Amino acid sequence: MKVEAKILLGLGLFFGLMCAVYWNWSLENAGGVMMFAAMLLGFLPGSYYYWWSRRMKQRPEDNPQATQTQGAGVVGAFPGSSIFPFVMGMGAFFVVLALVFGIWLLVPGLGLVVWALLGGTAEGRRGGQH
Amino acid sequence: MTDVLDPPVHVEPHDGGHEEHHGPTGILNWLTTTDHKVIGLSYTVTAVIMLVIGGLFAEIIRGQLATPNGTLVSLAQYNELFTMHGSVMIYLFAGPFAFGALANIIVPIQIGAPDMAFPRLNALSYWLYLTGAITMLSGFFTAGGAANFGWVGYAPLSNSLNTPGAGADLWIGGLLLTGFSAIFTGVNLVATIFYLRAPGMTMFRMPIFTWNMLVTAILILLAFPVLTAGLIMLYADRHFGTHIYSVAGGGVPVLWQHIFWFWGHPEVYILALPFFGMVTEIIAVFSRKPVFGYKGMIFATLTIAALSLGVWAHHMFTTGVVLLPFFSIMSLLIAVPTGIKMFNWIGTMWRGQIWFSTAMLMAIGFLFTFLIGGLTGIYLASPPLDFFTHDTYFVVAHFHSVVMALVLAGMAGLYYWGPKITGYLLNEKIGKAQFWFLFIGSQVFTIPLYILGLQGMPRRMAVYPHDPQWKMLNDLSTLGAVLIGLSTVLFVVNVVVSWKKYPAGDNPWDAHTLEWFTTSPPPHHNFYRLPQIRSERPTWDHNHPEHRALHHGEHEPAHENAGAKQ
Amino acid sequence: MPTPALPPQGAPDRSRRWRRVRRAAALPLAALVLSGCTVPGFGASAGVTESSKSAFHLWQGFSIGAVIIGALVVVLMIYAMLRYRRKGDHIPVQHQYHLPLEVIYTVVPILIVFGLFAATLVVENKATANPQTNVVVNVNAFQWGWQFLYPGTHALVYGQTTQSPTMEIPVNTNVHINLTSTDVIHGFYVHAFNFSRYALPGVVNQFTIRAQSTGTFFGQCTQLCGLYHSLMFFQVKVVSASDYAKWIASFNNPADIAAAAAALKTTNAELASGVASKNTYTKFGR
Repeated sequence: MKVEAKILLGLGLFFGLMCAVYWNWSLENAGGVMMFAAMLLGFLPGSYYYWWSRRMKQRPEDNPQATQTQGAGVVGAFPGSSIFPFVMGMGAFFVVLALVFGIWLLVPGLGLVVWALLGGTAEGRRGGQH
Repeated sequence: MTDVLDPPVHVEPHDGGHEEHHGPTGILNWLTTTDHKVIGLSYTVTAVIMLVIGGLFAEIIRGQLATPNGTLVSLAQYNELFTMHGSVMIYLFAGPFAFGALANIIVPIQIGAPDMAFPRLNALSYWLYLTGAITMLSGFFTAGGAANFGWVGYAPLSNSLNTPGAGADLWIGGLLLTGFSAIFTGVNLVATIFYLRAPGMTMFRMPIFTWNMLVTAILILLAFPVLTAGLIMLYADRHFGTHIYSVAGGGVPVLWQHIFWFWGHPEVYILALPFFGMVTEIIAVFSRKPVFGYKGMIFATLTIAALSLGVWAHHMFTTGVVLLPFFSIMSLLIAVPTGIKMFNWIGTMWRGQIWFSTAMLMAIGFLFTFLIGGLTGIYLASPPLDFFTHDTYFVVAHFHSVVMALVLAGMAGLYYWGPKITGYLLNEKIGKAQFWFLFIGSQVFTIPLYILGLQGMPRRMAVYPHDPQWKMLNDLSTLGAVLIGLSTVLFVVNVVVSWKKYPAGDNPWDAHTLEWFTTSPPPHHNFYRLPQIRSERPTWDHNHPEHRALHHGEHEPAHENAGAKQ
Repeated sequence: MPTPALPPQGAPDRSRRWRRVRRAAALPLAALVLSGCTVPGFGASAGVTESSKSAFHLWQGFSIGAVIIGALVVVLMIYAMLRYRRKGDHIPVQHQYHLPLEVIYTVVPILIVFGLFAATLVVENKATANPQTNVVVNVNAFQWGWQFLYPGTHALVYGQTTQSPTMEIPVNTNVHINLTSTDVIHGFYVHAFNFSRYALPGVVNQFTIRAQSTGTFFGQCTQLCGLYHSLMFFQVKVVSASDYAKWIASFNNPADIAAAAAALKTTNAELASGVASKNTYTKFGR
């Protein structure tokens, strides 16, 4: 986990440095703000990973001498199939079409999105279809 | 040999670990699947269709330019065509093909994961991509035609005054959908790579392709939200009466360029890095050597990513309102890590045993074409040189050299990983013919454009009545485009001819990485068993335990007790 | 005419270090300039202005570097491909690292890049310099044509698409251009000047050109601006100082004078609004 954290922290540090140089030199705001945000996107998850990496015991994937047996056990929930991504996708499609062809398309669009949210959540609780 | 293996361990998926997956079949299977391989295959097919559509637009454009006063299409249609050619190729082909198609299929297998970290989010990514593509292209069927302000959509040309009509809104909507699709894929890739690696697969044992995809995913997360925000502001300008990008209400047109290119330049590397990764893997495998300077390669990738966020305004040198020296030096510096990669690729081939399969030929074609595109890019990083080449065909030629290199690399990827995905090899003879058409076509297509640019031909011109002497070079370029088109036809022919004809076996190339350890195609959840992972080449180490990678100064035969300290 | 308070770009470097870098870079560049006639043009042309020539020499310098580096890489690649073709089934030595080599091809490109950057700075400062001058042209781009207004005189030229309005300027004189746009973004590009600059609505871009030979040079819009973008032509006619004076004086009938006065009033308003919006946006250049 440490390497992952360091990559993000390193990127954040670099963007912070660039942001400081750029903003002070150009006094142009748009780029300065965007680079500042990029710095945050490096630091926020990076520092979380770093904080966490010091508290967790070494994972088998971080151990250069790990054997495959160390990784045995449940890895996570991987639902084999689910209709709800498709429903959500169609909902988003209609929402975007509402931007172009008329606000009434939001009704089917948001309807599908809500259905997918509820259905997907319920499915996740059951552990998914297989 | 089997004693190298740990006892076979099955990664337990939630469904209790049946080996066979029992889900719906047929069209319902396609609609409901969350298997990263099936989603990746859908991505691949859709992206290749987009390549063909974008390619057809390109052929029409080149047909129009074959004569100074071309009448194949009208001025208005021409504007729509090059806008949609750029949009389809950048937004709908190159990116999704890289991080949606090949990364989706290959990355989880390369790190020994059963699937992507969020399979349903992954499926959603695909549906957003598909609907986004349909949305953007449906502009052609509206009364006003498709978007016609260039793929960069510069304000204020893209506002409701200058470009009224549904085509532009559909362009924005399509970009919003594909943008979210890319962001979700980025999240998914980062989570997968950080959390689902197999035991022993430390970060510095991940294949270069996976590394590049990780960095690409981070770049997606940094860049795409900016584009999405910019598009929403553009939409607000068009329909809600805001004046973010229009002078009339105190807005700033150049702000759009800042936002667009803050996404747009990292996007260039979002497109390029996955293909760099593919080429790295392919050159190493077909030279039968480890990747030369593996760690330097990763460092170069990270450097490119970091620098790529600080160079956006080199697209805006001629606006007169950006800080020239800062963007110039940052842009020039990107040449350094790119050069490191180039030399590492050569170093990988050096003293190898190079097998010129179609995949390797395509990869070498990439090297040559990318070298031209890379060197001409250095010119454009220098403001005084950009002043006289900006918005001329020189720039068009430069980035078409780069993207034709990426197409070559993508084809290399398809020939290399296709057998893993489908279980069947493609015909090598037709493949090599395709390579020569594609490679020669790329050069015949781009090199005249460089000269035209230097002679002053601006881009996005439907006609050039003032300079009929440009006809000859334009015709040459059109010929190149036709050759490239023929190469695509050959690819389709190859797929049809070799359909389920040449079974591949698990590891037809004697390759290095984990995906070649499992069956072709891999089972649901990818692995029945995994080898010991002690370097970035677990499959190679398993097959050739006596030929592990050597450190600088080490000699063959390897000392028994030297110990791998990767 | 309200003078925009800000130099458009390339604020002068104050630090001594930069000056030293520039001086060091100027030497090889000067050598290049002297031998300019024997070095090939690599597809580009020298152009007719002072800065077009220095940009051209920079182009030649970059091209020489690119050809050398490109040739090196191509030779290495072709050698590797021919020499290390697969011959039989044996597995080659699995070397992976060669630290000194990797350091060399990291450090040398960095040095090259800084050399290129130094040369760039020299030429860039020349191209963006704004010396004092009496000849001022307000160039106003619109869909799809150009308006050239000579403040302080009655000269006004206006034309659309293939009418190719002609901007006349005197030879061997610094001509200051105030470039702006009334609608969308356009590009002011004259191939013979090796120079282009965006005409941005709400921004006044300023630059100086100094043509060194007479003649008529073709120019056109390079930034996509809508339907007739391909036909948005103009011409620049460089004439002797006396011809220029005669040309300016020829705008003497009352209609000309009224048109020029009206146009000046509009552009002044545009220039003023442009400066204002630029100031709210960025304090670039301090």
